[in-house]
Amino acid sequence: MATTAAPAPGQTPTAGGSYAAGEQTGIWSWLATVDHKRIGTLYLWTALSFFIVGGIEAFIIRLQLMRPNGQVVSAEVYNQLFTMHGTTMVFLVIMPLSAAFFNYLIPLQIGARDVAFPRLNAFSYWVYLFGGVFMTIPIFFGAAPNGGWFGYAPLTTMQFSGGLNIDFWVIGLQILGISSLAAAFNFITTIINMRAPGMTLMRMPIFTWMSFIVQFLLILAFPAITIALVFLQFDRFFGTQFYEIAAGADPLLWQHLFWVFGHPEVYILILPAFGLASEILPTFSKKPLFGYNVMVYSGIMIGFLGFGVWAHHMFAVGMGATADTIFSMATMLIGIPTGVKIFNWIATMWGGQIRFTVAMKFAIALVALFTIGGISGVMHSSPPTDLQQTDTYFIVAHFHYVLFGGSIMGIMGGIYFYYPKMTGRYMSEKIGNWHFWLFFIGMNLTFFPMHFSGMLGMPRRIYSYDVGQGWETFNFQSTIGVMIQGLGLILFVYNFLKSKKTGAVAPGDAWGAGTLEWSIPSPPPEYNFAQLPVVTSRYPLWDLKHPEMTAGLAHSGPDAMTVTDSHATPMHEETEYKNAADLGIPMPFPTIKPLFTALFLVLMFSGLLFIHLDLFPVALTIMIGCAAAFVGSLYGWLTSPLE
Amino acid sequence: MATAVATAGHDSHAEGHGEHVHYTSTGLENRKIAVWAFIGSECMLFASLISTYLIYKGRSRVGPWPHEWGCKTSAAVAKTRELLQGCSPADVMKPILDIPVTSQSTFVLLMSSLAMVLALAAVETKGTPLPAGAGWWDRCLASSKFWLMATAVMGATFLGYQSYEFTSFVHEGLTIKTNLFGSSFFTLTGFHGAHVTAGVLWLLTLFAIDVKRGLKGKTDVLLVDICALYWHFVDVVWIAIFTLIYLIQ
Amino acid sequence: MSDHNAHGSAAKADHVEHPTWKQYKWVAFWLTLITAIEVWIYYTPFKDSAAFAPTLMAMSAFKFGVVVFYYMHLKYDHAIFRRLFAMGLGIALFTIMALLFLFHKISV
Repeated sequence: MATTAAPAPGQTPTAGGSYAAGEQTGIWSWLATVDHKRIGTLYLWTALSFFIVGGIEAFIIRLQLMRPNGQVVSAEVYNQLFTMHGTTMVFLVIMPLSAAFFNYLIPLQIGARDVAFPRLNAFSYWVYLFGGVFMTIPIFFGAAPNGGWFGYAPLTTMQFSGGLNIDFWVIGLQILGISSLAAAFNFITTIINMRAPGMTLMRMPIFTWMSFIVQFLLILAFPAITIALVFLQFDRFFGTQFYEIAAGADPLLWQHLFWVFGHPEVYILILPAFGLASEILPTFSKKPLFGYNVMVYSGIMIGFLGFGVWAHHMFAVGMGATADTIFSMATMLIGIPTGVKIFNWIATMWGGQIRFTVAMKFAIALVALFTIGGISGVMHSSPPTDLQQTDTYFIVAHFHYVLFGGSIMGIMGGIYFYYPKMTGRYMSEKIGNWHFWLFFIGMNLTFFPMHFSGMLGMPRRIYSYDVGQGWETFNFQSTIGVMIQGLGLILFVYNFLKSKKTGAVAPGDAWGAGTLEWSIPSPPPEYNFAQLPVVTSRYPLWDLKHPEMTAGLAHSGPDAMTVTDSHATPMHEETEYKNAADLGIPMPFPTIKPLFTALFLVLMFSGLLFIHLDLFPVALTIMIGCAAAFVGSLYGWLTSPLE
Repeated sequence: MATAVATAGHDSHAEGHGEHVHYTSTGLENRKIAVWAFIGSECMLFASLISTYLIYKGRSRVGPWPHEWGCKTSAAVAKTRELLQGCSPADVMKPILDIPVTSQSTFVLLMSSLAMVLALAAVETKGTPLPAGAGWWDRCLASSKFWLMATAVMGATFLGYQSYEFTSFVHEGLTIKTNLFGSSFFTLTGFHGAHVTAGVLWLLTLFAIDVKRGLKGKTDVLLVDICALYWHFVDVVWIAIFTLIYLIQ
Repeated sequence: MSDHNAHGSAAKADHVEHPTWKQYKWVAFWLTLITAIEVWIYYTPFKDSAAFAPTLMAMSAFKFGVVVFYYMHLKYDHAIFRRLFAMGLGIALFTIMALLFLFHKISV
C-alpha cells in the first residue's frame, strides 16, 4: 500500500479518529479503499443514514394514522411511504447494517488480515450505495415505488402500475441483489479459507458462524427474487406475459418466487443480530456462551428449514389442505431451534457476573422482544389462526417485534459493543442509557398496541380509518411510541457523532471479551494482526488473560497446534501500531476501479427507465455504452495486480 | 514472521506474477471456492427459471405450442388438449420445437466440454516434455491454445444454432410476447445463452492471454480451471434443459 | 507452499492427478451415446409410455453426474467443493419439486 510518511514504529497514536500509523486520510482514501474495516465503516454510516430516512417515513405514516380520517399526506404519498419504509428498512438498513458488521468483524474474528477478495468487497459497497440512492431519490419527487415492499405482481405490472414508480423498485432491488450476492461469495470464501491457524469451524465466534449461515441463505435465496424481478422487468419493458392473467398466467407465481426468497430473507435479517447478541451476552456475563455447539447447529437448522416454510406467508390464498399442513408443520418446527437459542442465552447469563452496560441491555432486550415476536409468529403458523390475522396490524406487530425488537436491538447492541473497537473510544453510557430506555419503551408502546388493533380487524397498509371501530386509542398510542423512539434515535445519532471525538479512550480489549478481535489495538491497524495468532480454544483471549474462565472448555494440546507454521505465533495480545511495510505485510493497493465498475453497472440498469419513457434509442445507447464501460473497467480491475 | 515473508517472497518470484502467497486454512484457492459457491447459487437461478417454464407448460392460451398440436382455426380457445381432439388434420400446427436441430447443438455443447477439459489438461502438463515418438495427436493434446479456441468455437457454434432456432421461431409466429410458452421459453434459453456468451468471452480472453504470454504454472491452471468449472456448469444446465424442455412433453 | 504440509491433506487432495484424455474420451463417448439414445427413443412409440419421462430424466441425471464428477473433477477434488455444490443443487431440486407440487403439476 502506498503510504504517506509513517510515524516511528511502535508509536501509539492517540485514540479516537486517528487511524493507525501509515494510513491515508481524506476523501480519496475512502473512495479507493479496499480495507474491510473502512468498507465496514462506510456500510455503517450509509445504512444509518438510510435508517434515518426510513425512520422519517415511519414517522409520517404514524402521523397520518394518529387520528381517525387523518389528512397529513395524500393516499398516493402514503402508498409510497409504506412501500419505501419497508423496502428501505429491509434492504437499505438492516441488511447493510449486518453487512457493516460482516465486513468489520469477520476478518478480525477469524484472525485474517482482510477478506478473500478486497476489491470485490469495495464493489459490493459501491453497488449498494448507488442502488440505495437510485431507490431513495424518487420519493423526493413523489415518484417512489408504491406497490408494497413485496411488490406483488400482477399489481406491479404495467396494466395496474403504469408509472415509473415500480420501475425504480424493480431495478433497484435487482441492483441491491448483485451487491448482496457479491458480498456473500466473498464472505463464504473468507470464512472457509482465511481462518487463522487453529481456528477450526467449531472455534469460530458465534457471530462469524451466524454470518456464515447468512451468506449461504443469501446465495441461495437471492436468485429466486432475481428471476422474479427479471420476469417483472421483462413484463414491464419487453411485453412478456409472465404475470399477464389474461394470457393464462398464474397470479401466485410472483408470490411463490418472492417468498422462496422472502422467508430465508427473514433469517438473513435476524441471524446476524443473534450473532451479535451471542458475543455481547458472554462478555458481560463473564461466562463462555452456554451450549456453543447447540447454538451452531440450531443456526444451521434455522437456515436449512428456512427454505421449506415460505408458503406460510400465503395461507390466505388457498393452497389446499395438504400444502397448508406441510408448511404449517415446517413453520412450527423452525420455532424449535429458535427457542433453543433463547434458552441458551438465558443460560449464558445464569450465574454470571452480569454488567449492565448499554450493549448488554440491548442484547437482553433482543432476547425478550424477539421471544414476543417469535411467539406471535408461532401463532400464525397455524393456518386457521393465520386466516384471522393475515393482512392485519397483528402481522405488523409480529414482524416489528422480530425486526425491530430482534434485529435493530441486536444491531444497536452491536454498535455500542464494537464502537470502541472501530473508533478507539467508548460511546457515552449515560446518553446510551437514555437511548436504550427511549427505544425500549417507545418500541413497545408503538408495536404492542398493534396486536390489539390488528385483532380488532384493522387492515395493514390502510390509508385512513373511520371513528368507532375501537382503533383510535391503539393508533394514538402507536404514534406516541414512534415519537419516543424518534427522541431515542436523535440521542443515538448525537452520541454516535460526539463520542468519536470526545468519548473515553478505549484500550484494545475494551470490554474484557474473549475473542480474537479484542487482542489487537482499537482501532485496528490496517493489517489487523502483525502476527497471525494460533488459536487453541473458542475464547483465546480469555485463555491468555483469565484462564479460569475457560477451564471447562475443550482446548487442543500444543502438539496438535500448527505452532511450527511459519505464518503464526502463539496467541498473544498486540498493542503497538506499526507500519505494514515495516512488518513486511503486503497490503492490497487502494483502487478506484471497483467504484467505477459499480457505477457503470448501476447506470446500465437505469437505462431501462428510458424504455418505459418510449425513448428506446436513448435506453439502448445508455445500456450498451455502460455495459461496454462496465466490461472495460472490469477487465481493468482484473488485470491490475492486487498488491 | 520473517520466514513467512521470505517464503512468500520466494514463491511469488517462482510464480512470476508478483502475487504473494497468503496463509489459507484449507490450502485451497480462494477463487475456486468462490466459483463453486457461485455455481451453487446458479443452481437456484436456473431452478427458478425451469420451475416457471414447467409451471406454465400447457397454460398458453394461444399457439404456437412446444409439442402439442393446436387448431389453427380455434387457437384462441384451444386451452386444453380435449378441445383439440376434434381438429381435422388440416387444421393442426406442427410442434414448434425442432428436435433434430437442437440435438445437434446439444452434441456440440457436450463436445465443447471435452475440449475444455483437454485445454485444462494441456495447461496442467505444460512444461512436461512430450514422450519420445509423440505423434501429431500428442502434440495436439499438449496445445492449450488449440483446445481453448476449440471450446470457444464450439460455444459460438451453439450460440449460432440458438440464434437460428430463435429466428425460425419468430418466423413461425412465436416471440417472447406471443404467449406464456414464448415468454418462459425465450427467457430460460436466453438466460442460458447469455451464460454461454459470457463463457465464450471468458474463453477468448484466456486464449488471448495464452497467445500473449503463454498459460503456464499453478496460477494459470487455476485461471483455466475456474473458467472450465463455469463452462461445464453451463453445459450441465443445458443437459437438464434439453431433457426437460425439449424431449419430455 | 511446501511449508504448508501441516495442513497438507487438503492441499494434497487438490493436487491429485486429474484424469486425462484416456478417461475424458470415455466420458465424451457416454455423453454422446446417451444423448443419441434419448433422441432415438423420442421417435419410438416408447415416447407415449408412462415410463418415458422418468427414463429420460434418469439418463439426463446420469449425464449431469458424469460431467460434474469427471469434467468438473468433483470426484477428485476437496470435499468442500462437493458440499458447496450439493447444497445449492439440493435446495434447488427441493424448490423445483415443492413449486411443481404447489402448482399442482405433481402430487404427493
